[in-house]
Amino acid sequence: MSAKAYMMPNPATPNKGMKFDPAICIGCNQCVDVCPTDVMMPHPEAQKPPIVLYPEECWFCGACVEECPCPGAIIFSHPVATQISVNWKRKETGEYFRLGMKNPPPPNLRPPSGGVAKR
Amino acid sequence: MTTWNEYIEEHGTAPEWPYPIRYEQENVVSVDVLVVGGGVAGCRAAISAAQHGATVALVESGNAKRSGAGGAGVDHWHGACTNPCSKVTPLDYTQACLESMHGYTNGIARYIICKEGWDTLLECEAMGVQIRDVHDEFKGAEFRDDETKLMFGYDYENRHVVRVWGFDIKPRIYEEAKRLGVQIYNRTLVTSLLTDQGRQGAKVVGATGVNSRTGEFYVFQSKATIIASGGGGRLFSFAPEVTAAGSMGNMNASGGGHAIGWKAGAEFGLMEQTGPGRLAGFGYAPYSMGGAHNTWHGVSIVDADGKEVPWVDAYGNQLDTVDQRFLPGRGQRFNLGAGIGITIEGQDYRTCELARDLPERIRRGEFKLPLYADLTRLSAMERRCIFGMMLGNEGKTRIPIYETFTKAGFDPDKDMLQAPVALPEAYRHANFWSIATMGTNLRSAAGGGYLVDWNLQCSLEGLYAAGGAPIFGSGCHGESHTTGRYAGRHAAAYAKTATEPVPDRRQVEAEKKLVYGPTKQSRNSVGWKELNYAIARVMTDYCGKYKSELPLSRGLSLLNELKENEGASLYAANPHELGRALECLSLITLGEMIMHASLARKASNAWLDFYRFDYPQMDPPEWEKLLPIRLEGNSPKTRELPLDFHLKAPYASSYEENYQRHATVGA
Repeated sequence: MSAKAYMMPNPATPNKGMKFDPAICIGCNQCVDVCPTDVMMPHPEAQKPPIVLYPEECWFCGACVEECPCPGAIIFSHPVATQISVNWKRKETGEYFRLGMKNPPPPNLRPPSGGVAKR
Repeated sequence: MTTWNEYIEEHGTAPEWPYPIRYEQENVVSVDVLVVGGGVAGCRAAISAAQHGATVALVESGNAKRSGAGGAGVDHWHGACTNPCSKVTPLDYTQACLESMHGYTNGIARYIICKEGWDTLLECEAMGVQIRDVHDEFKGAEFRDDETKLMFGYDYENRHVVRVWGFDIKPRIYEEAKRLGVQIYNRTLVTSLLTDQGRQGAKVVGATGVNSRTGEFYVFQSKATIIASGGGGRLFSFAPEVTAAGSMGNMNASGGGHAIGWKAGAEFGLMEQTGPGRLAGFGYAPYSMGGAHNTWHGVSIVDADGKEVPWVDAYGNQLDTVDQRFLPGRGQRFNLGAGIGITIEGQDYRTCELARDLPERIRRGEFKLPLYADLTRLSAMERRCIFGMMLGNEGKTRIPIYETFTKAGFDPDKDMLQAPVALPEAYRHANFWSIATMGTNLRSAAGGGYLVDWNLQCSLEGLYAAGGAPIFGSGCHGESHTTGRYAGRHAAAYAKTATEPVPDRRQVEAEKKLVYGPTKQSRNSVGWKELNYAIARVMTDYCGKYKSELPLSRGLSLLNELKENEGASLYAANPHELGRALECLSLITLGEMIMHASLARKASNAWLDFYRFDYPQMDPPEWEKLLPIRLEGNSPKTRELPLDFHLKAPYASSYEENYQRHATVGA
């Protein structure tokens, strides 16, 4: 980590509504095109994940994820205030869980009822 | 690297705007029918107009493929009274809505959706939307008809609400609009209506727009125009950093479709009803918390010790079994279900709910917080239907709830989802994710909109309205589709008889000057967000739940000051900011409309959740009427209209007769 610092505005809040995995994202910008509120901008360099320019305008609908042709390239992430609100309790054991916790339980792999999104 | 900050740190300079800047460049588009707003109502209006032979332009401020309040999906379709299993007639349902709201809702729109909602849903099915349990996942369930494979919600006896797998409904209708040759103008904000010779109150001949990526200007010339825009979610509460995730209306919902009609002189109804609602504001992500309402209807709610909160029917009788939560109450013919813009369900049509004295019982210590939604107490079919089917398809739930929660390990077969921990009084309504919210959302609050006739035509010639926000007293997803479809064919029929539209050049030039104002201001002036906060402050303080003459008048003056001072010196650094800035000017106009309408109703009204300190008597009979309002010059003009004006001359006296006279026009 460089010791150099810049004069920067505070990070926008929420800061990471969507995160990109550069190893999967092909920079096709289909998410940029479909986002209802135009949160993302194409990266100046081709094939790179978009730049999230207006994160506070995201309404967390998931359109970018549904539109993405490369599953896993966009990781949808609720604001921390939402993550800390979503709590559940396992009935049999009384264990507490929450969205975004460290060491979460194994994923529930059952898909939703009906069709899946056309990618 | 995905944030702007990271980019700056790496490159040391801001990335250049990625789209060409074309401020002032003018494009002229000439069509038979122009649709303002590309949500579900707008797309359906465009499809219907195109099917009836019109050339159509659809103008949308986002991207019509997935935009709009209904763009993120739907899980149940209301008012499908003509589906083969329904035991409720269109008249029964319409009268139940009118009776519940004491007449303060839109009888025309209600009847149209009951008559055509099911047909409209069948068209969705033809476009590829799953509306039946084709994989037999729910075979034998109480809520399923095994012959048609349809599944129903809320009232399993009367079967007028159809559960649907609508997560992809918006892309489906968008593709259909494109297939039919509809010209779609995405990222384009409509800024004004153009009228014959530029006169207020005259025939509408088109609109102006600006692109929020390139900044270029559009002049749309149209024989007929349909307003199918969103509500004004940013009007009463604005704090996108906190509220965007918790809202059912996105940032684009800024009342533009109302504002342009107001300035053009169109007449509006029930604008005074538009006020703080439940579905926008400082709450939790929609459907993300344990609850027992709407999509979560029927779920068992237990307290911290696992003690179950009782359910009651419409008349307050405690229910003994889970099955009864999905049936009419004892002696009740049918119930309406939730989420249809009916703010007060009349007792005879009220849906089963949690015990109404839950807040008092929590206060007494009978139920200990936190509460949980315990899906395991439902049958396996019902549990799978609510979490696996409905929460996988409702707006903003497929990715934000179903995929996110299951990836994090939530299992409805084993886990209980916690409700918010809040003040006891917050538990008076089982829509727990909206607890403690404030601020308005025209879609949910069934607020004001255009006064329309039986053709869904507005008071201005050539102008039509469709959808949850533009029509007063309206509400749900299916209604937006159905009214869009109806308005589309009427606009197309009108266009066949209309003369060529000729926009007034002076009107275009004046609008252009206004639109590009923010691009020419000093950076030292106010930005759009700061103005939006100020607008929301004025609305919250001067036009809140309790109103009176002086604060409303002062509020109007302050809005005007914002418009003349800060609004006139707004700056925009790029076309995106320009779009947001212009939306703020629309919000000011929307606020003025609500305040003027609120001043006109000099009586408190329980049905409208409207309270005047200076007229405290509730519901005086002489004020049981609509007060349509419009702008003449710069002055608002109101008149009186009976609540059942839609059944009085020049209309026929029955719903069916009016429908038969009007529905087939252009069909």
